[in-house]
Amino acid sequence: MNQQDSRKWIGQPLDRVDGPAKVTGQATYAADYRGNSPAAIGFIVEAGIGKGRIVSIDTRAAEASDGVLLVLTHQNAPEQAPFGSHDDAGRFGQSHAVLENENVKYHGAPVAFVVAETLEQARHAAHLVSVRYDQQPGVFDAEAHEDKATKPDSLDGADQADKEVGHFEPAFEKSAVTVEAEYHTPSQHASAMEPHATVAEWSDGKLTVHMAVQIIADARKGFANTLKIEPGDVRIVSPFIGGGFGSKLGIHNEAILAALAARELDRPVRVAQTRRNLFANGPHRTAHRHRLKLGADADGRLQAVSHDSLAVMSRGYPFAEAAGGLTQSSYAAEAIRMSHRIVEANVPKVDSMRAPGEAIGTLVFESAIDELAERCGIDPIEFRLLNEPETEPGSGKSFSTRPLARCLREGAAKFGWQSGVVRPGMKRDGRWLIGHGVAAAIRPNNIEPAGAEASLARDGRLTLSLDMTDIGTGTYTILGQIAAETLGMDTGAVEVRLGDSDFVETCGSGGSFGAGSTGTAVQQACDSIRTDILARAARIDPDWSGVNSADLTIDGDRVSVGDRSLALGDILDAVGGEAFRAKSHIKPGDAHKTMAQYSYGALFAEVGVDADTAEIRLRRLLGVFDAGRILNHKTAHSQLMGGMIFGIGAGLLEESLMDMRYGAFMNRDLAEYHIAVNRDVPRLEVHMLEGFDEHSNPLGSKGIGELGICGTGPAIANAVYDATGHRARKFPIHIEDVLPAVARLTKGNAASR
Amino acid sequence: MKPFDYVRAGSAQEAVRAGAEGRFLGGGTNLVDLMKLEIERPDKLVDVSRLATEEIEDGDDGLLVGAGVSNSALAGHPLVRERYPLLSTALLSGATQQLRNKATVGGNFLQRTRCQYFYDVFRACNKREPGSGCDALDGINRFHAILGASEHCIAVHPSDMAVAMAALDATVETLKPDGSTRSIPARSLHRLPGDTPHIDHVLEAGELITHVVLPASPPKRQLYRKVRDRSSYAFAVVSIALALDLQDGRLANVSIALGGVAHKPWRAERAEGILEDSRPDAELFANAADAELAHAVGHGHNDFKIDLSRRLIVAALRDLSESKREIAA
Amino acid sequence: MYPVSLDVNGKTVSAEVDARTSLLDLLRETLGMPGSKKGCDHGQCGACTVIVNGVRINSCLSLAVSHDGDAVTTVEGLADGESLSPLQKAFVSHDAFQCGYCTPGQLCSATALLDEIKRGEPSVVTDGKVTLNEEEIRERMSGNLCRCGAYNNIVDAILSVAGEPA
Repeated sequence: MNQQDSRKWIGQPLDRVDGPAKVTGQATYAADYRGNSPAAIGFIVEAGIGKGRIVSIDTRAAEASDGVLLVLTHQNAPEQAPFGSHDDAGRFGQSHAVLENENVKYHGAPVAFVVAETLEQARHAAHLVSVRYDQQPGVFDAEAHEDKATKPDSLDGADQADKEVGHFEPAFEKSAVTVEAEYHTPSQHASAMEPHATVAEWSDGKLTVHMAVQIIADARKGFANTLKIEPGDVRIVSPFIGGGFGSKLGIHNEAILAALAARELDRPVRVAQTRRNLFANGPHRTAHRHRLKLGADADGRLQAVSHDSLAVMSRGYPFAEAAGGLTQSSYAAEAIRMSHRIVEANVPKVDSMRAPGEAIGTLVFESAIDELAERCGIDPIEFRLLNEPETEPGSGKSFSTRPLARCLREGAAKFGWQSGVVRPGMKRDGRWLIGHGVAAAIRPNNIEPAGAEASLARDGRLTLSLDMTDIGTGTYTILGQIAAETLGMDTGAVEVRLGDSDFVETCGSGGSFGAGSTGTAVQQACDSIRTDILARAARIDPDWSGVNSADLTIDGDRVSVGDRSLALGDILDAVGGEAFRAKSHIKPGDAHKTMAQYSYGALFAEVGVDADTAEIRLRRLLGVFDAGRILNHKTAHSQLMGGMIFGIGAGLLEESLMDMRYGAFMNRDLAEYHIAVNRDVPRLEVHMLEGFDEHSNPLGSKGIGELGICGTGPAIANAVYDATGHRARKFPIHIEDVLPAVARLTKGNAASR
Repeated sequence: MKPFDYVRAGSAQEAVRAGAEGRFLGGGTNLVDLMKLEIERPDKLVDVSRLATEEIEDGDDGLLVGAGVSNSALAGHPLVRERYPLLSTALLSGATQQLRNKATVGGNFLQRTRCQYFYDVFRACNKREPGSGCDALDGINRFHAILGASEHCIAVHPSDMAVAMAALDATVETLKPDGSTRSIPARSLHRLPGDTPHIDHVLEAGELITHVVLPASPPKRQLYRKVRDRSSYAFAVVSIALALDLQDGRLANVSIALGGVAHKPWRAERAEGILEDSRPDAELFANAADAELAHAVGHGHNDFKIDLSRRLIVAALRDLSESKREIAA
Repeated sequence: MYPVSLDVNGKTVSAEVDARTSLLDLLRETLGMPGSKKGCDHGQCGACTVIVNGVRINSCLSLAVSHDGDAVTTVEGLADGESLSPLQKAFVSHDAFQCGYCTPGQLCSATALLDEIKRGEPSVVTDGKVTLNEEEIRERMSGNLCRCGAYNNIVDAILSVAGEPA
């Protein structure tokens, strides 16, 4: 099979097939689902303390309130498997029990759940629930409780929590030039536009759930394991998801509450988390302290790299981010060390948010690299090129591809990079202090097990069915392109059905592995159909035996190879059957073990910093990316832009602020949790290298969804340094952080004294 | 949201008669927001959004603006753009077009603080629940007051418009339930927190803002500048409304109001006093700013606002005194 | 309960509403039109944007009872039958969305924006005469958050429609 020869559909910048539904309001997200009988509406009552015990809970006023059907508390909640049990199913599939007992696990955890006929009734009654607590001192802050820090049992995105290649201390000691710095990255919330929502309904002991979730199969396990039912008795439907970014990988509190209440009431229950709910009842990326030590010789060759990170882990929910993981793969050095420590804390679920590990890892590491390049007196791009590794430094494995240098060089040319050592505060444009910055992006490329089912009907229409999700990534569109190309047919003849647990199990959407994994599964299923058609055709007409399957085309209800042509229906009639059907199941190839696989990018930013007020505004952002073969240039471009805008947030805007006295996030709305608005975003320049990584998958593609965020934040931070002389040690970078540097630079101006 | 009675008032008189035991509903963009969280729990809403208070009339006494005029209509009115450009800029710097289309002039004055301790019912907040304390004092207080605060409250007023109105010496016209009217200088509408931070302004229960009057001859040089984290759709970290004339090379009719620094739009009277009738120069600007901020107090996260405010005052004075743009007489 | 009667996308509809019901929930729950989306329910994201009497508002912060007699246009009313509006078409061809959740609000905003420009309504970046350009669109569309980051494409979609002869 040689896919590189046939480029009819894959890569084409086709419009999204779900576009018309989305622009007319016809795409139904979880909370839009309306079943046959009207759903009752649920509302979460949150805990007002970070740790402690419920002494009493008075639900009488709520129960007596207009329209109220049910008030669930720990006192009357149906039995569930203990939270965290069935951990062999992973953190998404484990029990997610709620209202288990009188203990409050974290601030904002559900202490009651009110169900009423309408939202207005449920919301008001929720305010009538009165709770008395015995508050206990909690652990909320990793740094304040560093004495309790331990090594995590597992780390998301790295094999080992601690690793040392070579001998770090002596290598650092002998380094002629060093950077030693402590950084802080903040807690963040994914803040998908669609709040987590679930509609649960029971029928004959079977649960049907319409919900917003990225990985259907895990969600099914999560419900089954929590509610003590069989996975086969759970059906999940999720055709449209209003953004995920990791926050919908698994199921969250509203989902289990809806299922419990629907069973109690024997009627459908719908609950959409409020935006405030999400800051405690959805997952978040937690704050990290990073200690970095970098050493280089006098010529600018890296000698020693170490990255030690410290963060909280939500008690009972095993997730820790591999912030230091990329030290193993970024640059060659004699010695590389990383360590990760966690403190179990009474905080809401800490989990993956877009590019776990690399998003915050590149933020601090690529900032430190810029600083080291400056101290070495070397242009930051030259410095990176000088330290390009031949094999993966942390493992010694060969890279499947390593076009980082090309990304950097092409990016520099396109951006108009002025080579040389960074000299801050030299560029002005009116009242703006101008700075340029560069950073590298790197993100592991993964393939996960996935299946697909394809069915080609006699009329030439192909139906793909798989439990994959489209969270805005363009899955509906690219899977159709892959199928159409494989079967030599028009994309308009392909129907892609996703988001239903009745379909074949896949890996779902997450970790940038969705397109490559499910795309390969679809390709394989379609390949089987192609083989099947030819085998059956050969039984009718021997002239069809031995032909090259790649030459097969389907046009309308006819299949052709060269000048041979048959009606699909005639083949089926002759050999039997209603349709050509095939199922596939793919696994990652050995090259995912034996080789180091990454997507890459180089990001270039221009910022302006107001010389009076130190406001930071992004003026330009350019990225050159390698993600192997691009499956759809239009949707891929959008994915990269979206990642870059997340990176703008990481650099300049986003932080979830916890009041450590209470373990409570305080800026729990979109007026105070700042994601970039349209005006924050300049015209993004996105360039994709033409690539094909044969080691990744037969399509040659690599992960793209999380790539843009990596590298963007540090490129901005490095540009802020170039503009002002302020080296960011905490993110996001605020006015107050750069104000002293701006004041120094503008001394003598009226505004400075 | 607590159940409430809804009535639509046919006239201002009717509204104040009905309003004594309820709350007036204008655009609702802040009131409904807070009602959903049950931070505001009125028993009755008196809808004044359709009163005949949407007119903007020019007269000898100035520009008469109905309290029900939307923020976007006021910002876009030709006379406002021409004669009170700082007000137009301030309005357009606030919120979004969707919110400005709904928000009214009267309601904008009366919007409540964005302090997150006010919004979180589990936290102590004297403004929300008198006597409960102020968790912001030792909490997350980057957005909080540096001027005129008290140990009971360090919240700031979030409006941009009110800052502009204070600088322009606008007058707020009201109608009381007993049928009497009064005029309140916009700069005096809001209060400092003292030990009663739950009271934002000087209006009495059931007193309705009916109009705002903008003076007929405002200073010819005007500026509104808002410092914010996002480039749009963000509350001010600090903002300034500045109006002045240059007469024979000297500053005249200097009016400065700061936003985001206090429980109310902060008229910088000390600075105004130093600047009035002086020749503009950098040293003068710095002295004026220093004088204004001499008593400013930070609470930790917001310490930087003192220096930022000083820089903003100086920059605004510099830009406006050097500007070639004056509004037509 | 309070009776309200509105024109929604050209059709007169009547309903009895709880005084607490937002215009958004009236559309989504009572009238069975879930196209308008709830992203924050507090006027902080713009997903619920609809056009009322010719101007765009956040339907989540507006009480349904106060809209008696008003004319409302939602995303369901932008197309002319099966024929998408120029902006809807441009959103598809410019890939001006990813997940699509903010899209109904973006489209209502963009539709109203073009009228605002025609009416000469200024924004904070307007200097003198109101004209449509990239900066104006970015500022005027900043009340519609898009977490997928389709902002550039939204701007391009609007520019492409504005460039078309009327």
